[in-house]
Amino acid sequence: MRVLAAMSGGVDSAVAAALAVDAGHDVTGVHLALSPDRQTLRSGARGCCSVEDAHDARRVADELGIPFYVWDLADRFREDVVDDFVAEYAAGRTPNPCLRCNEKIKFTAVLDRARALGFDAVVTGHHARLADGELRRSVDAAKDQSYVLGVLTPEQLAAAMFPLGGMTKDRVREIAAERGFAVATKADSHDICFIPDGDTRGFLARTLGSRPGPLVDAATGATVGRHDGTYGFTVGQRRGLGVSVGDQQPRYVLGIEPVSRTVTIGTADLAGVDEISTAAATWTGAAPRLPLRAQVQLRAHGEPVPCEVQAGDDGGLVIRVDAVQRGVAAGQSAVLYEPDADRGDRVLGQAAIRDSRRRQGAGSR
Amino acid sequence: MTYLDHAATTPVLPEVVAAMAEQLGRVGNASSLHASGRSARRAAEQARERLAEAVGARPSEVLFTSGGTESDNLAVKGLFWARREADSRRRRIVVSPAEHHAVLDSVEWLAKHEGAEVTWLQVEPTGRVTPEALAAALGDGTDVAVASVMWANNEIGTVSDIAELAATAHDVGVPLHTDAVQAVGQVLVDFGASGVDALTMTGHKLGGPMGAGALLLRRDAECTPLLHGGGQERDVRSGTLDVAAIVGLAVATGAAVGGRVERAAAVSRLRDRLVAGVVEQVPDAQLNGAPLDDVVRSGPGRLPGNAHLSFPGAEGDALLMLLDARGIECSTGSACSAGVARPSHVLLAVGAEPDRARSSLRFSLGHTSTDADVDAVLEVIAPVVERARRAGGRR
Repeated sequence: MRVLAAMSGGVDSAVAAALAVDAGHDVTGVHLALSPDRQTLRSGARGCCSVEDAHDARRVADELGIPFYVWDLADRFREDVVDDFVAEYAAGRTPNPCLRCNEKIKFTAVLDRARALGFDAVVTGHHARLADGELRRSVDAAKDQSYVLGVLTPEQLAAAMFPLGGMTKDRVREIAAERGFAVATKADSHDICFIPDGDTRGFLARTLGSRPGPLVDAATGATVGRHDGTYGFTVGQRRGLGVSVGDQQPRYVLGIEPVSRTVTIGTADLAGVDEISTAAATWTGAAPRLPLRAQVQLRAHGEPVPCEVQAGDDGGLVIRVDAVQRGVAAGQSAVLYEPDADRGDRVLGQAAIRDSRRRQGAGSR
Repeated sequence: MTYLDHAATTPVLPEVVAAMAEQLGRVGNASSLHASGRSARRAAEQARERLAEAVGARPSEVLFTSGGTESDNLAVKGLFWARREADSRRRRIVVSPAEHHAVLDSVEWLAKHEGAEVTWLQVEPTGRVTPEALAAALGDGTDVAVASVMWANNEIGTVSDIAELAATAHDVGVPLHTDAVQAVGQVLVDFGASGVDALTMTGHKLGGPMGAGALLLRRDAECTPLLHGGGQERDVRSGTLDVAAIVGLAVATGAAVGGRVERAAAVSRLRDRLVAGVVEQVPDAQLNGAPLDDVVRSGPGRLPGNAHLSFPGAEGDALLMLLDARGIECSTGSACSAGVARPSHVLLAVGAEPDRARSSLRFSLGHTSTDADVDAVLEVIAPVVERARRAGGRR
């Protein structure tokens, strides 16, 4: 097959490309230039976006003897990922930009262009298993990235290759070292690539400006403090609330209301939910028959929780989890899995969380 | 492999490889006084004389450098500094926006760090600088340190009439530097007859080695050095002479200039066939730069091996990739250091829309090009352009 390898300059995508070459495919490497900062992309500027990452990717491609190009997707990345990220926070939700990037950039913009240029598939260094169209967790539970791939459709998965899902990250580094790749010991990337200093709140404050509002205690309805912007908060958050309520009990963010800019906080007993409503789901295969017993993962590094999935009123889902969950934030994806200890839990699909509630006791929020 | 990127670099001539290999086998620093040193010096000076003769310069006007970028930096900065030191009113640099980045970035550096003021020359839609435009930009010349206009453009191949421009600059007492990296060996370049004060050339564009070039500098031109040290090269460019590279440069320049007329005729015939064939296969393809049969006073108005074309609706980098996959090597022009394709600053300077600039490809033919190379392009260009168009523009 003619395969396009998306090469970030990291060790995972380097080894994925190498394995695709080993498998006998006709591989071409592409590095995606995504920096939203146009100034650092200025032609001739000696501070190009990710110059070093592009160089690292090119070094590996040259060692593999495959063609290598840089594709400038900065405009699409800004529109589809960064602007969406900011808008979601402004609307009181907590987005996952990696999932959005997989959905809109790697497996839409890149895949569409690759197909148009005559490629059959896109190979990436994601840690997830993909065989017979079934997307499953990586054998390396700590590095599993199936959550951020849960948004892919059957058509997208049919043109995707994830050769790393069957091995641990340690093994990936070993392969890179065996091949003499300089990136074998390169540090893992984390956090959000377009916020390199890791200060999400600072990034949002610079982008959205000061949008002050009240902090309200759920139990009393009293305003117990002020904040500079709802975007500084995520449902379930405990630290950095900047208030102290008389009873000394820890407070959690329970809800964010963007119009009145109200952040509601409350004690642990109010923070738990067991019923989640979502927007319309996407499925990795044929849509399953509902209701359905499954497991749900509610954030990127969350634990899977047994649940029952029902159809909601408006095309969305209603997910009832067996155990009360804290920190279920609107905007995050609820990714549904079918447990499978042998072959890896299978991703069924995902849906964006709209809101959540406690079935008995506290009402909807 | 179909190599049509001679403007990027050229295959090294076999006689150059032989001459360099022979020289590399000999010990000797050309600055040493003993027999080995004398032998090295003799080789370097023979090379200097040979190169000077090929380009109409005196041997003392040849300063060996590491290549085009160094020569451009040395000329622009060195002439600016020396002329401003002689008269502090001379702060202005007059330059074409279609220059190579080695000139543009030197000028911008001087503007940012040395208080230079830049006057950008008006260029014709072909990319040519006219004497009228230069005269208008120079004014009475009293505040101008240096002017720089390339002999032939590296992207679209347009030749300017450098002798006329030099005369225009001299009318108001301003020295003219020209980047002739693409011109030497392609069109007639006679340093003395042109009247320019400084001329950049390099080896690897004419069948010589990389890392070897020269700045031709008139003996009366004051130029402040960039590199200080042993005082080689008239004290303007210190550093132990790379004798093997210099020998290679001189052999290559001699061969390129010596065979120029016949090769230019052969290469321009191939180039004309390529352009006609591409336009036949892709009727809306557009030729950028000067017409193929354009002339200036000194000869052809366009480099004989240059074919620069835009393919509306297709992205240059998609075209490049598809051609590369079919064994055809060409260029899109500029890329930043991360490798991101950018619309060519040259096309933007001549007034092309960014989309046209982004949809362009440069095929550059040279001494190894053949009819089979042209055939290879014509065989695939239509489906490649069609496929690139399906892959879309920028969304």
